[in-house]
Amino acid sequence: MAAPEATVANARSEPNHGLRMFLVWLPLAVAADLCIWFFLYPHMPPGRMSTSASHQAFDITYLALWAAPVVLFVWIYAGYALINWRHREGDEEDGPPIFGNVKVQATWIAATAVIVLGLFVFGTVELIVPAGAGAGEGPAPIWKPNSTNLLQVQVIGQQWQFTYRYPQFGGMETTQLLLPDNRYVEFHVTSLDVIHSFWAIQLGVKADANPGVDNVAFTKPQQLGTFRVQCNELCGLWHGAMYNYGHVVTATAFQKWAAATQFKEANIGLLSELPPYATTYDPTVIPQMGQEVVKIDGITGAPGYYYPARDPVTP
Amino acid sequence: MSLPARIAALLVAFAAVAVGAAFIVVHYFLGSPPQITFNASGGVTHVVLQEDPQNNSASEPGWVSYYVQNPTTKQWVHTTLFSVPKGTTVHVTILGYDGCTALRNNFWSQVQGTIGGHVRVSVINNKGVATPTRSVTSINSWSNCNVGHTFAIPSLHLFVPVASPDAIDSANNLCGVSPCTSGPHSVMNFSFRVPDFGAIFRWQCFVPCGGGFVDGNGGPMQTLGYMTGNMEVRA
Repeated sequence: MAAPEATVANARSEPNHGLRMFLVWLPLAVAADLCIWFFLYPHMPPGRMSTSASHQAFDITYLALWAAPVVLFVWIYAGYALINWRHREGDEEDGPPIFGNVKVQATWIAATAVIVLGLFVFGTVELIVPAGAGAGEGPAPIWKPNSTNLLQVQVIGQQWQFTYRYPQFGGMETTQLLLPDNRYVEFHVTSLDVIHSFWAIQLGVKADANPGVDNVAFTKPQQLGTFRVQCNELCGLWHGAMYNYGHVVTATAFQKWAAATQFKEANIGLLSELPPYATTYDPTVIPQMGQEVVKIDGITGAPGYYYPARDPVTP
Repeated sequence: MSLPARIAALLVAFAAVAVGAAFIVVHYFLGSPPQITFNASGGVTHVVLQEDPQNNSASEPGWVSYYVQNPTTKQWVHTTLFSVPKGTTVHVTILGYDGCTALRNNFWSQVQGTIGGHVRVSVINNKGVATPTRSVTSINSWSNCNVGHTFAIPSLHLFVPVASPDAIDSANNLCGVSPCTSGPHSVMNFSFRVPDFGAIFRWQCFVPCGGGFVDGNGGPMQTLGYMTGNMEVRA
């Protein structure tokens, strides 16, 4: 009976490990979060170039504010255990038996539940409410900006180049992506061949470009400057080279550029050579001819028809 | 299974993997097409290409393909890799021997990025009769049998539709042996500037001309030496 009494005596003499760890963890957690907020947040990608980007920078920072204390707690616990509960020379005695600790268990379950559920609610709300998260939402978005002055821009992916159509400017198509400052943009993203992904990095917009699908994403540029557009879906040999740079310009500069481009394309006959603007396109049909390409005599293609009959129309 | 048999099986499996890896390295990574070097004269570099409905390779003779003319020997080389000096004007001649194919996006019918914004085009029919050379800013691939392929260097904002023989010649009289030296074809001329620094620029065709592949996107469209390649600007 001597051993249990000794164990109880040892247990009574143990310091309050939880309090010790908490006192170490608290100032470090506060310091880490202050550093994240004041030093990291101002530089957090993707930046502040659009409403979507701003919200994403905030979201990532918010997650970091939660993650840093958790990571610190794990590290501190591990370090504390290594220092205080390490095996000591000559100590061959077993540790005291553990039969559970309701206080620790309840604290652990409550804390993790609060963190997980809190992040779940935060993430769900952020996906929808502030700016549609800048991601493609399919042809029927659940969130739309409250604006009557939306600029529609169609993004067309094709191996290996993005082109852009502006339906409010006669359906003109360009390889340049210019956007006006401080005006909501409604991207309609589609593809003419395989699956691509339109990623305007500094705008915080990323939407899959699928053939036959109109994928809608919103954002509002709020800083002048240049942003990079990159295909984010492995799409073939030159996927890595499928990028270009877009520009956010003043509303006046945008109007001037768009009007000039529309005039030029109308003047050289390009607008009449393009298919009528649509949210998706069927490359097997030439609208001007009103027929499927494969049925047109004389359109022979390389070693056969444009789309050999044995091939499916879409991937 | 006995121990010697298991060891033998393991060695055979290891050897098979090693041979497979070596084949991939040699065939795909080291088996690059040759690069043709062009030099400038008076600040102008002359590059001559042709595109054919087939090629003379042993592995994929049915694929459409570009060829590059060696400036010294004047021989056609089955490659799409070439280099030019920096800061020069590149004058390109393309002989278009392949038949017409509608562009997936007719936007590429527009000539973009050439000096003057135009190309000079002449089409020679099966009887050797050439149309007068015209200077055009667009070759509409959706209005008729007009465009065979395109030559594009997207990073330099250069997009040029390459004219094709007409519908009858495209259907019946295309050159059948590559590199083509006779038969109906177009002759395209245009110029563009290369930058004042060394870099490698990919170029490609925007016609989905990989016949036999899903939507025409595979095969020669995805393979160096056929319908896509690199232009190295030498520093």
